[in-house]
Amino acid sequence: MKLAVIQSFLAGLLAATTLGASPAFAEKTKFEFWYGLSGDLGERVQDACKKFNDAQTDFEIVCTSQNGYDTTLQNTIAAYRAKKHPAITQIYDAGTLDLMLSGAFVPAKKLMADNGYTIDWNNYFGGIANYYATAAGELNSFPFNSSTAMFYYNVDAFQKAGIDFKPDTWEQVEEAARKLQAAGFECPMGFNFDTWPMMEQFSAIHNQPIATKGNGYEGLDAELVINKTKFVDQVKFFKKMADEKLFVVKTKQLGMDTVPSFTSQTCQMIQTSIADHGTVGKTLPEGVKWEVAMLPVWRGTERQNSLVGGASLWVMAGRPEAEYKAAAAFLNYIATPEMAEWWSTVTGYIPVTKTGFDAMKDNGFYEKAPYKGREFAIQSLTYTPTSQNTRGIRLGGFTQIRKEVSTSLEAIFMQNADVQTELDQAVERSNAVLRRFEKTYAGQKLN
Amino acid sequence: MDKHSVFKSWWLPILFALPQIALILLFFYWPAVAVMQWAFTLEPPFGGAAEFVGWANFQDVFADPFYWNSVVVSLIFSLCGTVFTIVVGLVLALAVERQLPGSGLFRFLYILPYAIAGPAAGMAFRFILSPERGLMASVNAIFPDFWNPAKYGSHALVLVIIIFAWKWAGYTFIFLLAGLQSVPRALTEAAAMDGAGPIRRAVDIQIPMLAPTLFFLLVIMMTEGFVGADTFGIVHNTTGGGPNHGTEVMVFRIVDEAFKGLNYSGASAQSIVLIGLIMVFTFIQFRFIEKRVHYK
Repeated sequence: MKLAVIQSFLAGLLAATTLGASPAFAEKTKFEFWYGLSGDLGERVQDACKKFNDAQTDFEIVCTSQNGYDTTLQNTIAAYRAKKHPAITQIYDAGTLDLMLSGAFVPAKKLMADNGYTIDWNNYFGGIANYYATAAGELNSFPFNSSTAMFYYNVDAFQKAGIDFKPDTWEQVEEAARKLQAAGFECPMGFNFDTWPMMEQFSAIHNQPIATKGNGYEGLDAELVINKTKFVDQVKFFKKMADEKLFVVKTKQLGMDTVPSFTSQTCQMIQTSIADHGTVGKTLPEGVKWEVAMLPVWRGTERQNSLVGGASLWVMAGRPEAEYKAAAAFLNYIATPEMAEWWSTVTGYIPVTKTGFDAMKDNGFYEKAPYKGREFAIQSLTYTPTSQNTRGIRLGGFTQIRKEVSTSLEAIFMQNADVQTELDQAVERSNAVLRRFEKTYAGQKLN
Repeated sequence: MDKHSVFKSWWLPILFALPQIALILLFFYWPAVAVMQWAFTLEPPFGGAAEFVGWANFQDVFADPFYWNSVVVSLIFSLCGTVFTIVVGLVLALAVERQLPGSGLFRFLYILPYAIAGPAAGMAFRFILSPERGLMASVNAIFPDFWNPAKYGSHALVLVIIIFAWKWAGYTFIFLLAGLQSVPRALTEAAAMDGAGPIRRAVDIQIPMLAPTLFFLLVIMMTEGFVGADTFGIVHNTTGGGPNHGTEVMVFRIVDEAFKGLNYSGASAQSIVLIGLIMVFTFIQFRFIEKRVHYK
């Protein structure tokens, strides 16, 4: 009995080793893809991987969530240093420059050309492509899940408060907030200290720089300037509104973040990513009317395009040659119009190519109730051709910079610290981060 | 007989010790060497040429006012946490040691929190002590802003210290209970017959006899408060270092700078300073406090 077990085990072992050694069997090329999305969005990435694996026989993608954008970057770095990194990794907007200067990746354009794919790079929306491209316009990574910030408001509450306009300007937001307050709503507008809508998107659409040197595109010696732009007035405006309890701070630490504050109908206006469009639709009780709009601008402003958020896919250097063929096949697959449309439908992220968007528009996607309003995100991203202030942000250590600014915002709104003093300090500290980054990559050229 | 003659050949004992030596080298010395190296260079996150910068990383660290803030926060956290855990553990141990009915059950209950992971405890307390819907909500309703750890750094610091103490009091309790049980019963019984009440007996007999245990716990808890994994876990999950750097202890700052800020060099320099600080504390404790401890 026992002997039989051992025998079959040995036979199995023999079979396994010969199988591995024999070139007669066409083996699938296995390769890894790490991503940061989790929860519902993470499941959709798994779906995409499965679709790819089912669609062909040569390659097999193994997709692993790293639970968060920042951990994906950290894990990718750790794995790269240990030479155990994946072929493809999903890096968020703030990590773009870290990757660009790392020398640890294969540029998107080169990868596709080497593997015989022709991709019309001009098909990508300028606001999306420029974020991940060199200053000369060469794409380094593949735009994947792209979003931008939007303004969400509760139409039912607006009606109850007798507001008959759509808040296109901040003047109108203030007016709406006062009417909502008068009608007994305790939180007319909810906000948190996330710099992405309040600093980055606000600056872009108001054509304000965040840093010198074209927001960092023209050199590593850029300096933050947000303490001298319209952003200062915007923070002062928010502070005034907060003092009058028209705008209310909603953070996780206080027990409720902005999106839940909107979906629980505690707050009637918020600004957040278009990626939350699906969640908001699913979470708000049936029958509650709500809308999204482009972020408000100040009256008299010539609105500019907003910035892309989300993440892009980087192909890492130092993998076996066969994996690059596989990676190129995967990236080509998810860029097909059908896949792009599927992805955009099930997530809320926007289609990243012009043809993808046109196809969705043509088949009436944006007229269907649950998806209505998502086209405003494209409208916002493509409002104007990108300029120095709106093509993106190319600053080293940007995660840290976001943190410095949001800490200052926290001090301003929670502890009544002086707006100018705090922003000056955030700039000073951020510049120290930038100088350290510059020194770390001394001699490297931004391209 | 010579004890060293157990092994006939010199290489056999070394062979047996080899796995252990390899592990220590791999997990303790190799990272330590890397930290030393990174602290004096500017390490690019993805690797590559790192330039030697001498003491510049340390100068940057010391020039940063928020670094000094984290030193102060760490000191307060560790000191208060140590005192709290030891006092609570001692009170509980004295209570259980009296062998009242149910002592066994309470002994079990008191140790239980130690089995709970710091981050989980942090999450639980964030809800229990939430200013809006937790235990303090009713107090806040009468005195607005009486308790608001999301707004005030000092409140947040109290919050993380409470969680730390809640979690670690069970640990000190076990040591102190064991210590108390080794105090000869004859001493306390004799004192009781002389008319000394429980407090008198605790202060004059039991606590002095516990001095070695208390000293051990003082060293352990101070170190735990400064560099323990729980310290990071609790802060990370409860307050995220905020509000406005209010609970940014040194370990949290190091992890944050290294992995969020990708500033490996700055974080390495801070690690070295932290290790130095722990060594100084431990030295002071042994030099000045241990002298007052009488071992039996």
